[in-house]
Amino acid sequence: MCLAIPAQIVEFPNGDRTVAVAEVAGVRRRVNVDLLRDGELASGDWVLLHVGFAMSRISEEQAREQMEILQMLGEAEQAVDEVRGYGLAETRP
Amino acid sequence: MKYVDEYRDPKLIAALAHEIARIADPARTYRIMEVCGGHTHAIYRYGLADVLPGNIEFVHGPGCPVCVLPTGRVDDGLAIAENAGVILACFGDMMRVPGTKGTPLERKARGADIRMVYSPLDALRLAKENPQKHVCFFAIGFETTAPSTALTLLQAKADNVRNFSVFCNHVVVVPPMRAIVDAPEMQIDAFIGPGHVSTVIGVKPYAFIAEEYGKPVVVSGFEPLDLMESVLMVLRQLAAGEAKVENQYRRFVSDDGNAAALRAMEATMQLRPHFEWRGLGSIPYSALGIKPEYAAWDAEVQFEVPGVRVTDPRSAQCGDVLKGVLRPPQCALFGSVCTPEHPVGALMVSSEGACAAHYKYAPA
Repeated sequence: MCLAIPAQIVEFPNGDRTVAVAEVAGVRRRVNVDLLRDGELASGDWVLLHVGFAMSRISEEQAREQMEILQMLGEAEQAVDEVRGYGLAETRP
Repeated sequence: MKYVDEYRDPKLIAALAHEIARIADPARTYRIMEVCGGHTHAIYRYGLADVLPGNIEFVHGPGCPVCVLPTGRVDDGLAIAENAGVILACFGDMMRVPGTKGTPLERKARGADIRMVYSPLDALRLAKENPQKHVCFFAIGFETTAPSTALTLLQAKADNVRNFSVFCNHVVVVPPMRAIVDAPEMQIDAFIGPGHVSTVIGVKPYAFIAEEYGKPVVVSGFEPLDLMESVLMVLRQLAAGEAKVENQYRRFVSDDGNAAALRAMEATMQLRPHFEWRGLGSIPYSALGIKPEYAAWDAEVQFEVPGVRVTDPRSAQCGDVLKGVLRPPQCALFGSVCTPEHPVGALMVSSEGACAAHYKYAPA
């Protein structure tokens, strides 16, 4: 819950910049990107997710680093489960 | 040294360990508190305590949200779930935290409608999909998760979702740090500051620890290399007789934090005059409640919440472990009665809890 999960922005399904579809290790789900509204977030950008919300924009290298940390801590699988949203996540764009 | 082979940069780790040993004063001890539970997990996972000189001790801090939540609040949340037509939505970490009459998972098995969610937005969606039910989200966490709850409240109001509420247990990280430096039995020389919380609040809120208490604070990342470098930065400050706030995790953490996240919290939440912490007791202005403008979504307004203060079982010494007075194996229940499979105290539940991390990684 407290460790951030890296995700890549795929698209903005609503046409606004509050909700995006993001991908984590092949799993896609809707995430809230409202907190990054002030920056120029675009498809292909990487973000750090906390409980479904993008909290900061990061580089691809930082995303890789964060995924490695989750793997080293044995939490990568749980992170992907979380992103699947325990069955509640709406994954369709 | 058993984990050294797994480090990505074993040579750099060895070089840092060498430099730390070189500047550490053998005539004194160093007690460095890592505030964040993620750091606690990482320190155990990497076996970092074994790489450092024996007179440098990591003291595990209060930065594990389920660990610091007192039993009374768990009971309060479960009492809300007993109301007819209520679905209680919890993060996975909460499901195995013991209340007086069982964990959320056990209560679910006995018929309460308790569901695990990943995000508060999933709880809000659950409310929209079940208009005949009321969905209460059991909100926990420091400033890493509080903005998410805040945005969900804004969304609930904007969408006028009336069958949704938040049982707010969000806490803030700075007041317990003050409580720890104020406690006479706590002899902490320096802090390793939390990484992800600081992406939200920035590094300036820690300034008082350096300025008023003369203790170094280094905000750190989670890699072994980050943590070792942070220890070295702490030791350099102490050796030079300095106390300042440094940001080792600059690649993720800006000095000012995330202004939009802080604005969302400000719009929907306010500091409670008092909040009870497991082990640390009542700390003023250390937790967030929901603002009166959002009372329609505040579970503590919408439901009768017992609000009973429950003392921890006398035999479990979670409080002393949380304060760093006892190390996990010094608790009488550690590893015998209290294990990750059958946790008596919350510190054995979460992977970020000092007891769970010690049980899993420390040599027997």
